[in-house]
Amino acid sequence: MNILVCISRVPDTASRILVGSDGKNIDTQGIKFVVNPYDEFAIEEGLRLREKNGGTVTAIVVGTEASKDVLRTALAMGVDKAVLVKGKEPDDSFYVAKNLAEYAKGISPDLILLGRQSVDYDSRQMASALGELLGLPSISVVSKLTIENGKATAEKDIEGGKEVVEASLPCLISCQKGLNDPRYPKLPDIMKAKSKPIEEIVPIETQNKVTILGMSMPSKKRVGKILGAEDSDIDELVKLLHEEAKVI
Amino acid sequence: MNFEQIDYYNIDELLTDEEKLVRNTVREFVNSEISPVIQDCFLKGIFPLDVVPKMADIGLFGINIGHEYGGAGANYTIYGLAMQELERGDSGIRSFASVQNSLVMYPLNKYGTENQKKKWLPLLAKGKAIGCFGLTEPDYGSNPAGMLTNAKKIDGGYLLNGAKMWITNGSIADVAIVWAKLDGEVHGFIVEKGMKGFTTKEMRGKLSLRASITSELIFDDVEIPEENILNVEGLKGPLSCLTQARYGIAWGAVGAAMDCFDSALKYSKTRIQFNKPIASFQIIQTKLVWMLEEITKAQLLNYRLGRMKDEGKARNQQVSLAKRNNVHMALQCARLSREIHGANGILGEYPAMRHSANLESVNTYEGTYDIQTLILGQDITGIAAYM
Repeated sequence: MNILVCISRVPDTASRILVGSDGKNIDTQGIKFVVNPYDEFAIEEGLRLREKNGGTVTAIVVGTEASKDVLRTALAMGVDKAVLVKGKEPDDSFYVAKNLAEYAKGISPDLILLGRQSVDYDSRQMASALGELLGLPSISVVSKLTIENGKATAEKDIEGGKEVVEASLPCLISCQKGLNDPRYPKLPDIMKAKSKPIEEIVPIETQNKVTILGMSMPSKKRVGKILGAEDSDIDELVKLLHEEAKVI
Repeated sequence: MNFEQIDYYNIDELLTDEEKLVRNTVREFVNSEISPVIQDCFLKGIFPLDVVPKMADIGLFGINIGHEYGGAGANYTIYGLAMQELERGDSGIRSFASVQNSLVMYPLNKYGTENQKKKWLPLLAKGKAIGCFGLTEPDYGSNPAGMLTNAKKIDGGYLLNGAKMWITNGSIADVAIVWAKLDGEVHGFIVEKGMKGFTTKEMRGKLSLRASITSELIFDDVEIPEENILNVEGLKGPLSCLTQARYGIAWGAVGAAMDCFDSALKYSKTRIQFNKPIASFQIIQTKLVWMLEEITKAQLLNYRLGRMKDEGKARNQQVSLAKRNNVHMALQCARLSREIHGANGILGEYPAMRHSANLESVNTYEGTYDIQTLILGQDITGIAAYM
């Protein structure tokens, strides 16, 4: 079974994000970058399926030279092959999807795994876009996956419950928290990953479908209201919690 | 709320991908495996033995040992970064890893025969065997040359007598690297658990390093087989191990200091007094800036020391300077952090008081603060003040 895992490189969620001087990007100075947390579930699932069924797991990232660090993480976790589509810093989901699709066509994997979303831009488009470009069934936000007899059976979280769906292979699965517990890369494997090759591919340039016009920090002001101790204040509090804060 | 990286001088830019990946991995490991249990372990005075296989699984034992013996084959900068992250969790956890790596696997690798290495290193790397290091005695701490523990040559081996004290992991160890005098010279012996006449006793009542096991080792006519002697003679044997451990401590102390700073910064921004966060007061800012400044300097010291060590150029006196400076500054950071937390600072739910208590030991063990001073004093004047 050949599995393609699509990953992305995102700022660590514990990082303090500031807008860069151009007002269109974040300031990357001092930011720690990591494998997108949802993609870790995808890598782990790929490794588990390989351990069970044999085959290979290939990790791919569309990015720049800097993105090699997340591929090293994937190699240290145990993927067999790493591919970097090396071009500009991706700023459009379509560009990423198009390049991932192009590589996938070339290797015809049985299964494509990716995170449900990447936690930088949070566009949540990749699973659908990639499914469309490849003409493959695509199941999103999967928290349980079984592959048997050429079929994928996936459990996905829906509002207030679970939905179980089935698709024939090859297909595409976007992974949700709960699918598995990703392994830590082991120190000896991290050292060995250093000498494993990373295949570099020239990207296909595309016309941006979406362009970032500007970025700004959320407004800091959250003005509190102080109410008195009268009965009417309690009514007012309940009303505000219901209508404004929308928490009750 | 998870720890936020402190890297004021962008030292990350100087690290390789592997170095950063190890640091991040150990950081995650500490966040999920150590931090949630450490307060309870510290209060109860127990070492979380169940984290040993988990530490072994990610490769934290034998970091600088080659793959052929089950090690990670990593450089000293990586070793330092791992110790930094472990001690951010707790000095007791870092102590466990320091002993296993620097005081047990290091001498076996450096002074051991092929058979000794093959027998012990893979077991120690997998965490299937726990090691300890016996140098300090009840009456000989800073002056190990005076040790009373001795070995006599007998038919087929050696007869070991004496006692060691303040031994981390002593009573849970499967193997002890014990230093004893043979014909007046210091030699290293591999003493195995269960050898007749070898007993251990856990030391109780510590107010520091409570999540770590400290023991006495007692040798009463213990017969050590011929093949269990290490190939090194003189005090340079154990002292070379201490240099390794001190190097790890220099990094570890920065981890503890960063944890104290992170907690103090977060607390000061959310604690409201006089209708504003206490972070708005100059006194609090002064304390925070002092911590940031000292942590940054210590990080730079470690980074450079690590690179020199990787090039085989670091002198033991340079390691002493880093250990002396970094532990001392970490102790000051822990106290300042405790002050910023006010009364809350004495609670176990904040890390400052625990680090503060731990660092009192760290300031003393593997060569006290004062002994490091004298090592440096001797280096610059040529005069040994401790003789």
